[in-house]
Amino acid sequence: METSRYLLSILVDDEPGVLSRIAGLFSGRGFNIDSLSVATTDDPDVSRITMATTCDAQVIEQIKKQLHKLINVITVNDLTEKKYVERQLALVKVHAKPEKRAEILRIVDIFRCRVVDVGHAHYTVEISGDSGKHQAFLSLLKPMGIIEIASTGAIALAREMGK
Amino acid sequence: MKLTGAQILVKMIKAQGVDTIFGYPGGATIDIHDEIVRHDDLRHILVRHEQGAVHAADAYSRAHKTTGVALVTSGPGATNTVTGIASAHADSIPMVVFCGQVPTGLIGNDAFQEVDIVGITRPCTKHNYLVKNPEKLAATIQEAFYIARSGRPGPVLVDLPKDILQAEIEFQMPEEPRLRSYKPNYTPNKKQIAKVVQMVKDARRPVIFAGGGVISSRASEQLTGLAQMGRIPVTASLMGLGAFPGTDPLWLGMLGMHGTFRANMSIGHCDLIIAVGVRFDDRVTGNIAKFAPHASIIQIDIDPTSIHKNIPVQCPIVGDCKTTLEHILALMEKQNPAQLTVDRDPWLEQIDQWKQTTPLKYDQKADIIKPQFVVEKLWEVTRGQAIITTEVGQNQMWAAQYYHFDLPNHFITSGGLGVMGFGLPAAIGAKAACPDKLVVDVAGDGSIQMNIQELMTAVENCLDVKIVILNNRFLGMVRQWQEFFYNRAYACTNIENAPDFVKLAEAYGAAGFRCTDPACVEDTLRKGLDTPGTVIMDFVVEREESVYPMVPAGGALTEMLLV
Repeated sequence: METSRYLLSILVDDEPGVLSRIAGLFSGRGFNIDSLSVATTDDPDVSRITMATTCDAQVIEQIKKQLHKLINVITVNDLTEKKYVERQLALVKVHAKPEKRAEILRIVDIFRCRVVDVGHAHYTVEISGDSGKHQAFLSLLKPMGIIEIASTGAIALAREMGK
Repeated sequence: MKLTGAQILVKMIKAQGVDTIFGYPGGATIDIHDEIVRHDDLRHILVRHEQGAVHAADAYSRAHKTTGVALVTSGPGATNTVTGIASAHADSIPMVVFCGQVPTGLIGNDAFQEVDIVGITRPCTKHNYLVKNPEKLAATIQEAFYIARSGRPGPVLVDLPKDILQAEIEFQMPEEPRLRSYKPNYTPNKKQIAKVVQMVKDARRPVIFAGGGVISSRASEQLTGLAQMGRIPVTASLMGLGAFPGTDPLWLGMLGMHGTFRANMSIGHCDLIIAVGVRFDDRVTGNIAKFAPHASIIQIDIDPTSIHKNIPVQCPIVGDCKTTLEHILALMEKQNPAQLTVDRDPWLEQIDQWKQTTPLKYDQKADIIKPQFVVEKLWEVTRGQAIITTEVGQNQMWAAQYYHFDLPNHFITSGGLGVMGFGLPAAIGAKAACPDKLVVDVAGDGSIQMNIQELMTAVENCLDVKIVILNNRFLGMVRQWQEFFYNRAYACTNIENAPDFVKLAEAYGAAGFRCTDPACVEDTLRKGLDTPGTVIMDFVVEREESVYPMVPAGGALTEMLLV
């Protein structure tokens, strides 16, 4: 079956071991996690996990059901079925030789990124956007020489419709 | 009222209607055991190995239709429960396992007899808890029982640090648990019910496939009603045996790898399967691509993950088996009965023909006992009324095939996980739950040795269990695979060097009988069953007998190896 990327937004009880239950479910059943992002919500007893996974339609159905079966999982929302806003944050440290500095800044400007640290031979750039934007940005910076990257997983919320 | 954690634990267990727990003490649980012996209305059965406690609690659940409880200490006590917990998880058996734990201040310090049992059992429990606050102890215990027995049942583990058990706190009976993240759905969708009735009307060759869910939701009566109203033949998984009377003319026998010819052929030729409380395990489907090629499938299950997991179904229904069958029956009663049984005669005739041409069979000669003969005689002598537990392997399959279960909750076996050593402690648990019932463990000479120490538990507590050993001096099921698929190279399966089971029984204070002559099988059974106390009956049987029919792993159900 054809595989595609799914983005799940999962609300869970904010309790010790919940993340390990979810990670264990994925490893034990051979499901794949592309990225994972966890933080509390406005309700201190509830955390939101945003998870990206690549699989086929039958597997995503099992993933959603199995997640829902975990006692500490409150809701499982498949954002891929609806319109949603997705963001991922990355810090990219790139070689900045004098002759390349202007070009890097142009790219940063085009992508509406920000330079958050500057040295004699590097820039550290903050980028926020969906995974497509990240890929495009990194492919342009690559020829300059990327030193290192730190990236979060995707986070996302469904768009409110018709309001 | 101030109570210690240990006192709260005992109080909460009793409040759940549990009268017997199976346990083994250790440093971390002394406080609990010290408290338990002060309560005449809570019996503690001291097992001889923690694995035995969990299997006994499992069988206690199944026979008593309540929640079994096991109590063990930290570290090795806790790790010894893992096999039993995994078995109960695979079979969806409600159970609560309480483990002692090192004091909270030592957790994470690699203390003596410390193990992260919550981490270890996370994938094989329905849920588990580490209690870190004595204020939450009572509510956690109540929640553990609630989760274990509601929805799709399963084992729940509660890890209890020693300081929590010793803490004194003000006790209040907690309110009924309400979890925002756990609300099992018992009621089926009405539209789907109408669809089921229409599919029954449209079917010409329907089959009901019953599983453990029918037993655990106590839906045998409704299932039997459905079968009779639609004149629909019934097969079952291993876990579903007893859900439908094994002596009813509509009974097809068990389905799957060692299912009957007519059950497997019926699935291969039917046009409708009504699957109730089953999960389409690989042992019943054979090759999935060739499973029921002509059939539409209705699947009823309380657990949405069971639906569409292995087999695509045309009519999924998430709901309690009993409630759903009641809805179906109510709607069927409003239909013209003739429309529910269109063309049923030719289908039932075809099935009868399969039964006549290829029944379950074995050839009992005069010189050596056939294991199937022992089980069939056991069924006759006990008039099918005994609770049968089994070990795992050939003994389990022969018990399933030849003890024609008429009643639910009378066949107690480790179905999903297939645990050797299950049968003896399970028989003890069943006997503790149903002291008036005859309880027989159908065992092999291999697996009986895996928890043989529990003989002492049975004898000490006067839990009179009868053990029938089908003794072929082989690890028989593996030997059978070696015979069929490995050129009869019997690597590591010959266990001729065995204890004398009669003397072994006597050493534990039980009685032992040996039988080597087919003519004496019935007498030995009668003598063994009539002898008071725990009894081993050692039947020396044909060494290289195999279980037939057999669907080779990965084969289609209709491609069986026959005798």
